[in-house]
Amino acid sequence: MAAAESYPDELRYHSEHDWARVEGDEATLGITWYAQDALGELVHYEPPEDGSDLARGAPYGEVESVKAVSDVIAPLSGTIVAVNTKVVDEPETVNADPYGEGWLVRIKLSTPSEVEELMDAEKYKAFVAEQ
Amino acid sequence: MQTLLRTPLYERHVALGARMVPFAGWEMPVQYEGVIPEHRAVREDCGVFDVSHMGELEVEGPKAHEHLQSLLSNDLDKVEVGGAQYTLLTNETGGIVDDLIVYRLEPCRYLLVVNASNREADFEWIRDREIRGSDTRDASDRYALLAVQGPRSLERLGLDDAPAFTWAMGELDGIECMINRTGYTGEKGVELMVMEEDAPGLWDAVVARGATPAGLGARDTLRLEVCYPLHGNDIGPDTDAISAGLGWTCALDKDFTGVVELRRVKAEGPARKLVAFVMTESGIPRQGMPIVEGGEVTSGSHSPMLDKGIGMGYVDAAYTEPGTNVTIDVRGRERHAEVVKKPIYHHPEEG
Repeated sequence: MAAAESYPDELRYHSEHDWARVEGDEATLGITWYAQDALGELVHYEPPEDGSDLARGAPYGEVESVKAVSDVIAPLSGTIVAVNTKVVDEPETVNADPYGEGWLVRIKLSTPSEVEELMDAEKYKAFVAEQ
Repeated sequence: MQTLLRTPLYERHVALGARMVPFAGWEMPVQYEGVIPEHRAVREDCGVFDVSHMGELEVEGPKAHEHLQSLLSNDLDKVEVGGAQYTLLTNETGGIVDDLIVYRLEPCRYLLVVNASNREADFEWIRDREIRGSDTRDASDRYALLAVQGPRSLERLGLDDAPAFTWAMGELDGIECMINRTGYTGEKGVELMVMEEDAPGLWDAVVARGATPAGLGARDTLRLEVCYPLHGNDIGPDTDAISAGLGWTCALDKDFTGVVELRRVKAEGPARKLVAFVMTESGIPRQGMPIVEGGEVTSGSHSPMLDKGIGMGYVDAAYTEPGTNVTIDVRGRERHAEVVKKPIYHHPEEG
């Protein structure tokens, strides 16, 4: 079951339709409601390796629906500290709960100042409205 | 920029919230609710597809039979009025111009339902090879086509069972249509051909009887699970029927375009063959991905029924036995798959 459209205020957003929940020097990352809706029901998540490095703006994983594959772009730079194996096993979790159980990775930030460059929910909603 | 064509059901699709995409020059619904629920509806109950983009060619005249018999691979002598046949339009090298279903409407009149993307090429191919006494017409604009497919499709439409590859004129909720016992899903079902202006009424009647609207996305995963080839992916002008596993559609004892080459391939054995495979590791194969042992994926997707990646592709003859392991290059990652006997998916009732 797909979730209803939402863009929580406490998250920060990247123009490639990724979100980040920043907590201290770590962040949880995922794809937005808009991204999962555009893809349709996810059937595969190709995660990065634990411990690998992410560069802001570069792909770190892939998500696939029946019809399409999409790179997942890192909104922030850092090192992987956790991969959501529930999404590996049940990719449709992202459709059901994109900001909760459908998170993709958790990272330790290497450049915390990058957070400033992300959009807040209001800005991202306006951005999505233009798509 | 080319304007996309719309079927008479365009407004219905938009009203249902379909995601519309360009396909073979048409603006078609790829999905309504989602590919997976639509796929399941067809496997478990009943779905309806708008396939009005497909082409309808008519070949008529005292020499129509002779004309088509010389161009089509299957033996047209076996088709009586009320019958239909899956067959190939072949070129001189044994390649496949198109795959199609031919219906015998009258003793000297045939209907060919062809792929949308090949409609013009097929028409020109057949017309250019006309013989005196046979006349070819493109009737595509006059007709709409709805495929109603699934184990409960006949029950929902209130139709009696009938042998596959037959047709009859009939009526559904007061709308006259040609009821064809054909399809592209591996399920029981019909394809209903109607006059263009009757299409919205027929669609409404079929949906009111409980058929789930299904888009081209589900149509593709359904046909791939049962290994029906898609022209342009798995078969084409450069691939021959024998290598594609379609030798059963070729009457090699008759004379038709490319038969000499096809007889040679059959006698020598194809160097490579179209096989079906199921992923034994995670990853979804897609069209164009290399098969590491030699070959290429021609169709690939996620199977909603198996919940695994599945596909078809050409491999060297040494790798065609079911159970053989092959390796798919999934964007730089090597993932293993196993060659399986076709079809990939069996309906539970078939055992």
